[in-house]
Amino acid sequence: MLSKPVKQALSGWGQYPVESCYVYRPEMIKELQTLLSERDGSFISYGVGRSYGDTALNKGGNVIRMDRFNHFLDFNEETGMLTCESGVLLEEIIDVFLPRGFYLPVTPGTKFVTVGGAIANDVHGKNLHKDGTFSEYVQSFELLTANGEVLLCSREENADVFWATVGGIGLTGIILTATFQLIRVESAYIDVTYERARNIDEAFEKFIAHDDDYKYSVAWIDCLASGDSLGRSVLMRGDHAKREDLPASIMEPLKPANKLKATMPIHAPSFVLNHWSIAAFNELYYTVNKDADKIVEQSSFFHPLDSINDWNKLYGKKGFVQYQAVFPKNENPKAGITKMLEMLSKKKTASFLAVLKSSGPANDGLLSFPMEGYTLALDIPLKDDSLFPFLRELDELVVSHGGRVYLAKDSSLPQDTFRKMYPKWEEFLTVKRKVDPNDRFSSSMSRRLGLTD
Amino acid sequence: MAKILILGATSSIAQSTAQKLAENGHDLILTSRNTEDLNTLKRDLSIRHQIDVKLKPFDALDFDHHEAFFSNVVEETGGLDGILLMYGAMADQKVAETDFEASRQMIDVNYTSAVSILNIAANYFEKKRHGIICAVSSVAGDRGRKSNYIYGSTKAGLSTYMEGLRNRLHEKGVQVMTVKPGMVDTKMTYGVVKDSPLLADPDKVGKDIADGIQKKKDVLYTPWFWLIIMLVIKLIPEKLFKRMNL
Ligand SMILES: Cc1cc2nc3c(=O)[nH]c(=O)nc-3n(C[C@H](O)[C@H](O)[C@H](O)COP(=O)(O)OP(=O)(O)OC[C@H]3O[C@@H](n4cnc5c(N)ncnc54)[C@H](O)[C@@H]3O)c2cc1C
Repeated sequence: MLSKPVKQALSGWGQYPVESCYVYRPEMIKELQTLLSERDGSFISYGVGRSYGDTALNKGGNVIRMDRFNHFLDFNEETGMLTCESGVLLEEIIDVFLPRGFYLPVTPGTKFVTVGGAIANDVHGKNLHKDGTFSEYVQSFELLTANGEVLLCSREENADVFWATVGGIGLTGIILTATFQLIRVESAYIDVTYERARNIDEAFEKFIAHDDDYKYSVAWIDCLASGDSLGRSVLMRGDHAKREDLPASIMEPLKPANKLKATMPIHAPSFVLNHWSIAAFNELYYTVNKDADKIVEQSSFFHPLDSINDWNKLYGKKGFVQYQAVFPKNENPKAGITKMLEMLSKKKTASFLAVLKSSGPANDGLLSFPMEGYTLALDIPLKDDSLFPFLRELDELVVSHGGRVYLAKDSSLPQDTFRKMYPKWEEFLTVKRKVDPNDRFSSSMSRRLGLTD
Repeated sequence: MAKILILGATSSIAQSTAQKLAENGHDLILTSRNTEDLNTLKRDLSIRHQIDVKLKPFDALDFDHHEAFFSNVVEETGGLDGILLMYGAMADQKVAETDFEASRQMIDVNYTSAVSILNIAANYFEKKRHGIICAVSSVAGDRGRKSNYIYGSTKAGLSTYMEGLRNRLHEKGVQVMTVKPGMVDTKMTYGVVKDSPLLADPDKVGKDIADGIQKKKDVLYTPWFWLIIMLVIKLIPEKLFKRMNL
């Protein structure tokens, strides 16, 4: 039986843009194959929509929800090698395997992300400077291509398709299953060092001096601070806590915390997030986080926002955009980031907080985001269209520093800027045409970026 | 810890019930017509919950082999503690009104086959003086409505059968539970029932069923509000009801 679609107004996590799509929710590979052969129009896979913009949207076309493909298929207790379907959530992996002493090799700022989405965006975590992106730990995956064939892709087999699919925003086909490496940990806790930096210079000094000493490293920057305080921040760096480091009060070292969840019931009115409320929050945040060492449960370290359901509604009905850019190491990243912070603090529609990370070297993913240097990520509430010219100014700055913006968070990058930022786009298209000559896989983003018609 | 046989384990409700039962540490024997479809579920359950899962082919309409099927399962498991009947068939009402084959398919799958296999199970558990018999019926069996009374009547038959069986086995220490789900967000309803607040998540229904077994319930409406809805619907006098478009 061919499953039916639901016509739906769909958006990513940023709630912008909202587009009408035909959404399917198949449950078996056979159904996927029938869909591809019997339904007209283009398709794009959709995990759980934790990308911010339009990467998983397909205006007027078909969207395939993958959340019912959520089975574990194989696990090797000795090596930690896991095989599962692509709709499995990172949250489920933590819940099932952390009690057995295994953890995700890479986790983004939310655990409500599917394995398929993690590969298609080649996501990174707070260990980007040390351990690279999610794909680093992927041994192989099965890809359903446009002609209904299932391709096994790895660094050895169909390597070109492997590197086009990693970070390939769903355009090469549908990832069905993946085999990847979990890491061993002794506890569900992170040993974190909190350290304040009075401004951006101090933050960079501290990053350069000690980043290599920690597996995880990130800084929360107050975007509203200016002048001598521009870029004042709280650095949070840590490692998986060893069993012997834990206080005696923790009886079950490997048990993930079972936290109560709050829900954001409605869209906040637009006046809630204004210059003053954000400034007050940032002041408080900077004051509360004194320099200290703390043992913190993993989820509150990695996924602090997950404890509030639908927190994206905080930004009101119009939604918000995320802007994450990477500045390469050899082109004076500090100058670029300082300039970006200046532009933000001048424009008072500013962001809550910015997140600064250092990034390790680029991998072979043709559209993967990271490159060795520093990345800055910000949320900016979308009050009106005047934001977009500002984003174009930011783009110019990023391009002039040889950097790029992250497609997982993008909703507005123009085609020519994209090409400057991702010089391997042509190589990507060559592989795409090989496995999908008729553009059966196409999304609102891919059309905007000129990757499909 | 118990060994529980689930008939028709591929449906979303069956899958989530299996997850909850496995979480509670029960070993499972899963059936479907095609066990290949179940292999993924078996692997998932054994990785997540580190339990023993067996797969068996079972054809509801192959009445002649039900006896052999059941004794084979009992023999291989060294004794069963429960049986859950979770399959069903639903044809379009309009089609079933003119095509008796479509009606008969529903009657045979939902009612005749249930009587066949549950009779066998009942005699087994009665002798053991222990066990759980559970079948998924439907709120549609509580009152005949013009939109789906043929399907509804097969479920009404099943519900009445279960009620009688409960009456018979109560003193033998066997739990007989009838499950009456409302609309559930499954493949059957996706794209058909639009965004209704009454549409339940299969995980919720699966949890209710596993909890119901634990709590030794007799009749389980899931989600619970269907108990109230059906109470009201059953109270409407026939004089009025026959004029309603339900
Ligand atoms: C609060 C928050 C914090 C975040 N923090 C980080 C972070 O620290 N680092 C980071 O890298 N990202 C971060 N992200 C972004 C997020 O990790 C990615 O956008 C992720 O890819 C979302 O996964 P998803 O399963 O929701 O996929 P979706 O958003 O639904 O889809 C993402 C892309 O994957 C494709 N896709 C999905 N499933 C498949 C499949 N089975 N086969 C082929 N293609 C598929 C889609 O077509 C789309 O292009 C964050 C997001 C949020 C909301």
